[in-house]
Amino acid sequence: MSTTTTNRGAGRKPATTILVTGILTLVSVYFLVPVYWVIIAATKSTDDLFGTNGFLLAGTNNLIANLQAVVSYDGGIFLRWALNSVLYAGVGALLATYFAAAGGYALAKYRFRGNNTIFGLILGGVLVPGTATALPLFLLFSQLGLANTYWSVLLPSLVSPFGFFLCRIYAQATVDDSLVEAGRIDGAGELRIFHTLGLRIMTPALVTVFLFQLVGIWNNYFLPLVMLSDERLYPITLGLNNWRAQTDRLPEFYELTVGGVLLSIIPLAIAMIVLQRFWRGGLTEGSVKA
Amino acid sequence: MTTTAPRASARPEARRRPRSTAVSRAPWILLAPFLALFGLTFLLPIVVAIGQSFTSVTREGLFGEAGVTSQFAWFDNYRQALEDGNFIASIGRMFLFGIVQVPIMIVLCTILALLLESAAAKLPGLFRAAYFLPYGIPGVIATILWSFLYVPGLSPIIDIASSAFGLQLDFLGAGTVLWSIANIVTWTYTGYNMMIIIAQLKAIPTELYEAARVDGAGPWRIARSIQLPLIRPALVLTTVFSIIGTLQLFAEAQLLQVVSPAIDSQYTPNLSAYTTAFAYNDYNVAAAQSVLIALVAFVLSFVFLRLTNRSSK
Repeated sequence: MSTTTTNRGAGRKPATTILVTGILTLVSVYFLVPVYWVIIAATKSTDDLFGTNGFLLAGTNNLIANLQAVVSYDGGIFLRWALNSVLYAGVGALLATYFAAAGGYALAKYRFRGNNTIFGLILGGVLVPGTATALPLFLLFSQLGLANTYWSVLLPSLVSPFGFFLCRIYAQATVDDSLVEAGRIDGAGELRIFHTLGLRIMTPALVTVFLFQLVGIWNNYFLPLVMLSDERLYPITLGLNNWRAQTDRLPEFYELTVGGVLLSIIPLAIAMIVLQRFWRGGLTEGSVKA
Repeated sequence: MTTTAPRASARPEARRRPRSTAVSRAPWILLAPFLALFGLTFLLPIVVAIGQSFTSVTREGLFGEAGVTSQFAWFDNYRQALEDGNFIASIGRMFLFGIVQVPIMIVLCTILALLLESAAAKLPGLFRAAYFLPYGIPGVIATILWSFLYVPGLSPIIDIASSAFGLQLDFLGAGTVLWSIANIVTWTYTGYNMMIIIAQLKAIPTELYEAARVDGAGPWRIARSIQLPLIRPALVLTTVFSIIGTLQLFAEAQLLQVVSPAIDSQYTPNLSAYTTAFAYNDYNVAAAQSVLIALVAFVLSFVFLRLTNRSSK
């Protein structure tokens, strides 16, 4: 992931390099300290958690026992929460990306009555805070009998106005009209042209939209909190908070929460580090051309 | 938004070509799933919310068993929401929060982006990953994580401060908890905003740097005269998103409520609407509060965009 274009910005005196790298290292301590703490804390027993220095290892290593407790507690409810999160975020982000791509492509590549109205409407949707719609959405879904089901969290996750916006810009800039025309002359149907040609050319933007939506759904707390009352439908965020809320009365929940937090952070941390280079390309499209 | 500009001159041949029904039907088929879901989960709830916010519900009998009547209430729910001192206070609190936290975060992420993109930084990829990591950690988990570092008895920071420096830190008191929340938000989103700015920095043509160096500009001068003006759109974008995000604060305050008595059930606007809806079961006033929150976010973003547009001319 090294940047090849290093020949920009500040100079390259050794003293400057040491100073800059020193500052960057100090700042990274700030960003990594809570993660470090949770790794250390996950190796401790409840007594050690309160009895020993939080930044140092205790004498005994309880990591395996703690993690076993996390995954086996209450018949493996933690794994169920994790699977729910994967379902909500994975399926949600995948379909949301496909729908946003189809819609954005349609607006960019066809001229029809209502084109600009639709674009304006959806652009307004980008600015509407997600939490502002969550409450009314709950009222609506209760009337439809959808509240407290998988659908109540999944359906709203299938819409990404921001992804739509990004796909439209990207399709306009990259999908060439003459290519579409050539496809038509070859006798390909309109939907086929989109699926074989449009989707392939739009792939970089689609990766960005997918990642945005994935993180957005995975991190969402307000919507599932409002919608779900059945613990078995919870995503991991809600479930862990449930455990943490019990630490007041039952100190052993500290270890469960800490272990659960560690387990839930690991896949995300790996994903962030591996995927960060994909963010770059797509984000440029969004921010430079917007 | 300059995105619609090229449309005016786009594709004159599309008009000349005889349009088959397949071509005129295709965009609607492609749009259908998105529009259906957008209607169901964005437009309809907004309509419902606005409708609810103008309705008042009276229950007959002790538990509403004698029937429920709803009627048009004009601005009664809005009056109730605006007369609620705690709700207004929560909006004021978010203003204070935003005025302090958003500039700090934007300055911090800009400096980090400039340093990482300067030639002087070693291992920029590694640092970038470290700063971006918290964005992948859900706000709830981040708050749980930091709350462990805030709670006396558990927090090594409080232990070290009192044993080494004799300081009695209280992260959860009435005067400090708002800034403890600000710290969590800054921790989570600085890296994300930094990535947006880095993306824009990378889009600056190399020739500009070379020309500046030929003219004898040093790194400070380049940052001030080339990089900062050219990353302006990214700064505007991140600031607007941060303003909207500030007004939406919920999870951090709701979670810290358990450990901090200084946080009441109406600490942030969203928490207030949530409490009104689910603790008081007053969905109509809650809807009015939701509409007000969205309006404030809209107006603030709009004013900020206006201000930045004007000063750039």
